Amino acid sequence: MTENRCNTQLSQIEGRHLFYAYERGRTILQDVSFSFRSGEIVSILGPNGAGKTTFLNCLANLIAPERGEILLNGRDIRRIPLREVAKEIGYVPQIIVPTFDFSVLDYVVTGCAPRLGTFSRPKQEHYDMAMESIRRMGIEKLCNRSYSQISGGERQQVSIARALAQRPAFILMDEPTAHLDYGNQIKVLKTIRSLKEEGYGVILTTHNPDHALLLQDQVAVLDRTGRLQAGRDVDILQEHALSELYETPLKLFYDERLQRKVCAAPQFDA
Amino acid sequence: MTSLRSYRLVMLALVVALVITSIIALCIGRYSINPLDAFGAILSRMQGSTDNAAMENVIFVLRIPRILGAIIIGACLSLSGAVYQSVFKNPLVSPDILGVSSGATVGAAGAILLGASIFGRQLCAFVVGLVSVLLATAIPKLLKNGSNLMLVLSGIIIGGLMDALLGVLKFIAEEDTELSSIVYWQMGSIQAVKMDTLLYMLPIFLVCATLLVLLSWRLNILSFGESEAKTLGVNLKWLRGSAIIASSLMTASAVCVSGSIGWIGLIIPHLGRLVVGSDNTKMIPCAMLMGGLFLLVIDTVARNITSLEVPLSILTGLIGAPLYAWLLWKQKARVM
Repeated sequence: MTENRCNTQLSQIEGRHLFYAYERGRTILQDVSFSFRSGEIVSILGPNGAGKTTFLNCLANLIAPERGEILLNGRDIRRIPLREVAKEIGYVPQIIVPTFDFSVLDYVVTGCAPRLGTFSRPKQEHYDMAMESIRRMGIEKLCNRSYSQISGGERQQVSIARALAQRPAFILMDEPTAHLDYGNQIKVLKTIRSLKEEGYGVILTTHNPDHALLLQDQVAVLDRTGRLQAGRDVDILQEHALSELYETPLKLFYDERLQRKVCAAPQFDA
Repeated sequence: MTSLRSYRLVMLALVVALVITSIIALCIGRYSINPLDAFGAILSRMQGSTDNAAMENVIFVLRIPRILGAIIIGACLSLSGAVYQSVFKNPLVSPDILGVSSGATVGAAGAILLGASIFGRQLCAFVVGLVSVLLATAIPKLLKNGSNLMLVLSGIIIGGLMDALLGVLKFIAEEDTELSSIVYWQMGSIQAVKMDTLLYMLPIFLVCATLLVLLSWRLNILSFGESEAKTLGVNLKWLRGSAIIASSLMTASAVCVSGSIGWIGLIIPHLGRLVVGSDNTKMIPCAMLMGGLFLLVIDTVARNITSLEVPLSILTGLIGAPLYAWLLWKQKARVM
């Protein structure tokens, strides 16, 4: 059932006129509206401190915008029980080392929490679900290892496996490529791409506009004034706009050998 | 799964050790009893006859309540320690470090001064204990510093405040009667445990322990942190609230009976994690058995080592402090 999300219904997260400001008065979201669907990748770009993570946390229902509403499949997310939200939205946090040491399987099986009663524990079927997600991520060999003793890249995969065990429509990832070496960054992006093909909606924040180009789908750019611009990568990601966003000259070009558009910084002035 | 088998083995070993230690504790003491005689006395009591009144008195009025008391109090303190550590995702906290024990001590001492019944003592101990843990967790929030160290420091602040309040209570207590009973009880002793004290404790212990064992898998999720728990659909307020209330209630009821006995709530969960891992569904039952066994051993030693009873806190400290140091070394703990 989860193996291919395409069979299931299309899910949708919509934002309507969201406002959010920090206590000190800096505006993070300024009349932000959007509509993201399952089966899409949305890369959230923006400079440091623009509030990408805050925006993602709003989508994850971790914090509430001051004004405006977020609709999950047409219903106000704040009025949906947390358990129901968790069946639709999985969250992959930035890599953390948990305080206590759990085995990878014990960690992944917590993804079944939305399907378990408050006083119950995972049963064989839930361990099977967890194993299915572990297999989907191709990390069977980590199964009995301890979560704190595996590498950062492996932890990222384990976290994604746990989100898959939630069997959600959307998977939210907070900077999934941070703290990873280049090879592992590309590996995560490939995984994200294949999740889209299976019908999941993936919404991620990233510091690298080139990653958004690699993923070749939707892009949402959050600027310093709290405005959000969302659309296809090719429409949104323009050389001039990107240079302005990051306040540094950037080049955007099609590379024959890579057969894709590339965003990179030019040679420094001497 | 091998881990499940080794867990069952550990639990079995603990139960066997608990039974053997209980039999030893039943038989040794100033009035020593042959195990076979003790067994005979228990059998004849069940049949309703009395052979040896003096021995029966020792067995049923003194030792059995004391053994049960030690096991229950040890289990209470270890269980609440384990739960606090998960709830605050902090392996450095325990009922004593969070100030719950000191708070409960102040509450109970206040109730002694007011001449309250044992029920009143329980209630006061629980209320002040709960207030202490809430204050201890409020300070890091006020300072917007969620680090493990901050919570420990704030527990020290609250604990210090409660100790000062206890000093005030002692100062105003009547020297001959109230003061001595507060001081003696505060040092930690299970000597005074009678069947009726157990009857007060037992329901609280059973209800809270059952609740916490049932919630133990969710406590795993809580130990990942707030955002992860919320995105997994966990009702944070409810879960944290009931876990904190249940463990504070248990700590308070243990403190009412035995005074504050340090170290158990801190080291036993660490020991449990070392043996069966961090999964609370296994660690919590294991820590309860370990805590019961540990306090039973300590209490049996305390009443046999010299002609005078040694206060329990002295022994738990003497054993607990080096043990904790060893555990920290063993876990190569990275304390942040």
